[in-house]
Amino acid sequence: MWETFGFEFVNFYLIPGLVLGCIYALGAIGITLTFSILRFANFAHGEVMMIGAYFTWTAMVLSNDLFGVPLHPLVAAAPAVLLAIGLFILVDRYFYKPFRYASTIRVVMASFGMMLIIRSFVQAVWGPNQLTFVPGIAKPNELVKNFTASVDMMILVPNKHFWIIAGTLVIMFALSWLLTKTKIGKGMRAVSDSPELAKVSGIDVEIIVKATWFVGGFCAVAAGVFLAMDLQMLETTMGFRMLLPMFAAAILGGIGRPFGAVIGGLVIGLAEELSVYPWFGNGSLISPGYKTGVAFTIMVVMLVIRPSGLFKGRLF
Amino acid sequence: MSNTKALDIVNLHAGYGETEILKGINLNVEHSEIVAIIGPNGAGKSTVVKSVLGLLNIISGNISLNGNNIVGIAPDKAIKSGISYVPQTHNIFPNLTITENLEMGAWTKSKGIPERIQEMFELFPDLKVKRNKVAGSLSGGQRQMVAMAKALMVDSKIMLLDEPTAGLSPKFQSEIFRTIKRINKNGVPILLVEQNAKQALETADRGYVLVDGSNKVEGKGQDLINDRNVARMFLGSKD
Repeated sequence: MWETFGFEFVNFYLIPGLVLGCIYALGAIGITLTFSILRFANFAHGEVMMIGAYFTWTAMVLSNDLFGVPLHPLVAAAPAVLLAIGLFILVDRYFYKPFRYASTIRVVMASFGMMLIIRSFVQAVWGPNQLTFVPGIAKPNELVKNFTASVDMMILVPNKHFWIIAGTLVIMFALSWLLTKTKIGKGMRAVSDSPELAKVSGIDVEIIVKATWFVGGFCAVAAGVFLAMDLQMLETTMGFRMLLPMFAAAILGGIGRPFGAVIGGLVIGLAEELSVYPWFGNGSLISPGYKTGVAFTIMVVMLVIRPSGLFKGRLF
Repeated sequence: MSNTKALDIVNLHAGYGETEILKGINLNVEHSEIVAIIGPNGAGKSTVVKSVLGLLNIISGNISLNGNNIVGIAPDKAIKSGISYVPQTHNIFPNLTITENLEMGAWTKSKGIPERIQEMFELFPDLKVKRNKVAGSLSGGQRQMVAMAKALMVDSKIMLLDEPTAGLSPKFQSEIFRTIKRINKNGVPILLVEQNAKQALETADRGYVLVDGSNKVEGKGQDLINDRNVARMFLGSKD
């Protein structure tokens, strides 16, 4: 049973699906928070992921040039996260803040412009071509391989996937703690629930906005670095290609529901990968070329049958 | 301090942008009082409350809280200075628990929050049992209790209630009016805007009748109930 179906299913479909789901989940958290707290669909969110990955790459290259040791991507991501968040808090202050009480469509269009600005900036600085993020072939984790082989279920998880899944779990726990146990996190949920009431309750909405960029930016950079680790390369359109599935994940989970976004991300990631598994006969269920259509289909179906998402998010 | 009023509004003109809705309001609340504002729809009852909170454009006039001028204050400063405001609708955070709602009411405070929450649970015992439930799962009357408790989390110098009984069943309406009396007995002056004129005037020490942006009649609650004109206009009396 394991030999004929399990090995292929788990190693080539399920685990890559989970990894992709983790990346979508992290990206969707920022989208759902910006949507519910700042009230606009942030088209530049994919670019936050992308520029975070480029900052991380730069930190890795710099440490290699200066000290002869290439940093692990997760270590290099620490300064990159701070830099990206600082950048986006400045962007909010000077670019989005004047739009704070403007109609939503203007802010959405502005974010579209911001997306193009960031991408062009990255192309100008780092060049338009692909860059190698981590060279070499990803080897499976020996510990997991040997252990599972001893129980006749050989699972091959490359170390990079191991880090991505573990990193996502850590961020989820931290996020859950932040949103339910800290004053600022509860404030974020309150503003997401009702910005008008938050204002007349004395909640400092500008602090909450900064916290939203911080949390959304942190998760987005993590998603960008994880994506670069998975692909082992960088390109300037990597964030944009994630945008549709991330929006689909946010809508599936319900707008304003960070944990819904996580579930939504995992569902979309798994659905995309499992849609090409040969469920019937020998050929894959749908042609791999249509894989990206899966997220789109789920989003459209969800908007038609249950626009508030699985976890009853906001409607606009 | 003894002769200053809890809230004193003098010749207030205010509105949304250039549109003047309040055309000369004169109104005050003494420290121990419950004061009701009644009047027809569109008279500007809620607007009075919103202008105290700094949510509207104040064209001219004066508003003072315990003798301190608060014209042009930002809403968060108004809350911090001790105004407990309960909006008419959307007055709770439905996805936050009752306790979290109360904590959000205390955003401008840095200490004494757990103690204050305990005091609120003594004032509203029903809420204590359900303190870890999300507020959106409660009944209309209980939501109103959460909204009032949340507003009282600041060190209240005055409480402003915007139509607290709107949309509630008669049983809950009476419950809300009893609660308002209880809060007042604890030393919080109350300014109440109400559609339910009769019960509001029975509860209040004094009342103001607002028509077209200015106060036409004022007097003791019971006197207003007995006033033929007021009765004809608002209390559904036929004679």
